[in-house]
Amino acid sequence: MTFPAELKYSKDHEWVKMLDGATALVGITDFAQSELGDLVFINLPQEGDDVTADEAFCDVESVKAVSDVVSPVTGVVEEANTELEDEPQKLNEDPYGAWIAKIKDISAFGELLSAEEYEAFIEKK
Amino acid sequence: MGSYIPNTRAQREEMLSAVGVSRVEDLFAAVPHEMLLEHLDLPAGLSELEVRRAVEAMAAKNKVYGTVLRGAGAYRHFIPSVVKSVISREELVTAYTPYQAEVSQGILQAIFEYQTMICALTGMEVSNASVYDGSTAAAEAIAMCRDRKKNKALVSACADPQTIAVMRTYCFGSGMELEVVPAKDGRTDLEALKAALTADAACVYLQQPNFFGNIEDAKAAGEAVHAAGAKYIMGCNPIALAVMETPAECGADIAVGEAQPLGLDLAFGGPYLGYMAANKAMFRKLPGRIVGQTHDVDGNVGYVLTLTAREQHIRREKASSNICSNQALCAFAAGVYLSAMGAEGLRQAAKLSMSKAHYLAAELAKIGLPRLHEGPFFHEFATKCDKPGAVLKALDEQGILGGLAVDGGILWCATEVVSKEEIDRAVAIIKEVC
Repeated sequence: MTFPAELKYSKDHEWVKMLDGATALVGITDFAQSELGDLVFINLPQEGDDVTADEAFCDVESVKAVSDVVSPVTGVVEEANTELEDEPQKLNEDPYGAWIAKIKDISAFGELLSAEEYEAFIEKK
Repeated sequence: MGSYIPNTRAQREEMLSAVGVSRVEDLFAAVPHEMLLEHLDLPAGLSELEVRRAVEAMAAKNKVYGTVLRGAGAYRHFIPSVVKSVISREELVTAYTPYQAEVSQGILQAIFEYQTMICALTGMEVSNASVYDGSTAAAEAIAMCRDRKKNKALVSACADPQTIAVMRTYCFGSGMELEVVPAKDGRTDLEALKAALTADAACVYLQQPNFFGNIEDAKAAGEAVHAAGAKYIMGCNPIALAVMETPAECGADIAVGEAQPLGLDLAFGGPYLGYMAANKAMFRKLPGRIVGQTHDVDGNVGYVLTLTAREQHIRREKASSNICSNQALCAFAAGVYLSAMGAEGLRQAAKLSMSKAHYLAAELAKIGLPRLHEGPFFHEFATKCDKPGAVLKALDEQGILGGLAVDGGILWCATEVVSKEEIDRAVAIIKEVC
């Protein structure tokens, strides 16, 4: 299980990589992808969608279940990673490289943990 | 199908003993004594002969016409006897949507083949395992096209009024707006359609042939729809597809329709069969069941339900449709019908229907019932008629179901099962009245 130190983490198992003060990439953590199992499809958000911290902004499908992906920030979707439409398995193979969306105009953050805090949070589960 | 289900006392005792009880009552031992009903207020049982007489008396109240000259959404076609013979097999007649693929390969394969044949008929890339009926398919199709920015569905006034009614019901629930595009001379008014294609138009539904039997300019409509950034849904009669341009050729994003003509009896309104097919860009939005083909661990071809995460029982409140089922037996019947008829047989049924209808139209025109509209039609057409009630009554008295009374006259239909003699006889009866 990996926890890249430069990222921030939410208790809903998403990671955030700040690109500048108001823009970030978001994705799901290694823990999330291992719990979800093989992902077969991601219902990406659309450019221009408003996202709100602690609310679902897209979902992922494994063979037998659909799971919400909760946004760790409040902002607007600048870009969705459309590569994942044809290759959803990248979320399993490379969860920190396979970003889901680039969010801009970030005005608020949900509760974000550091890599150590998140690792500890997972241990307790 | 077994109409006699043997269940001897010896068999019952064997079954009881296998589960470890001695009487049937023991199976209800878990029910508290005070909740058991001692007495049910039912009449005494009847003998088999008495039951047969009672049911036959009820059935005799139905009037089954020798000659049917009415369509308007449901059509009497020839059904080869192999259809009923195959679907009545006990292994298949009760088969429902199979969750346990490993014991349902037969029905799964049959549904997969039905889906394949629907794709062949419509030219589309993916078909689902069917839905309740053509109107449901149309309403589900407009729901597929809904988008965050586009909330309006356009439907031609020339679509079946029952389809429009079902669409209204769906839109009432989903909050989608439904706008009816007016007709002009029995066809969709393309200029009005273009005007209605505002930025919030998600999709347009066009019926082909339309409710009045007329053939629409489907390609031109499709171009207008796409130019406005909306999706194009065509609702086509599957028999007509044997001789017409496919929805795919007309640019449809989704093809739906009422597949009752494919081997299902009129049956007083149902059960019927809705088909839904889409191109690759839209197939993840298709509701209902989809059967897929795959390989098992030994490399053999196998069939399963696939893309199940779309469906309501998994996606729950996030599902875009509540359908997680299909019309298994009816879809199976349609598959058997298409296999039995083949492409050539289907083409023949279509051509015969067309020519009988055109003969009927010509003969009716001679006796003062000209067509209400101009232009090409398939097997249905509306004629002028000043006394529709009298005409239909006179036909009814002779065992003929005449056309459907509509605004301005009567909507007639003739299919391959109607003979020239039947048409001549009907025309003679009408001539007396008019």
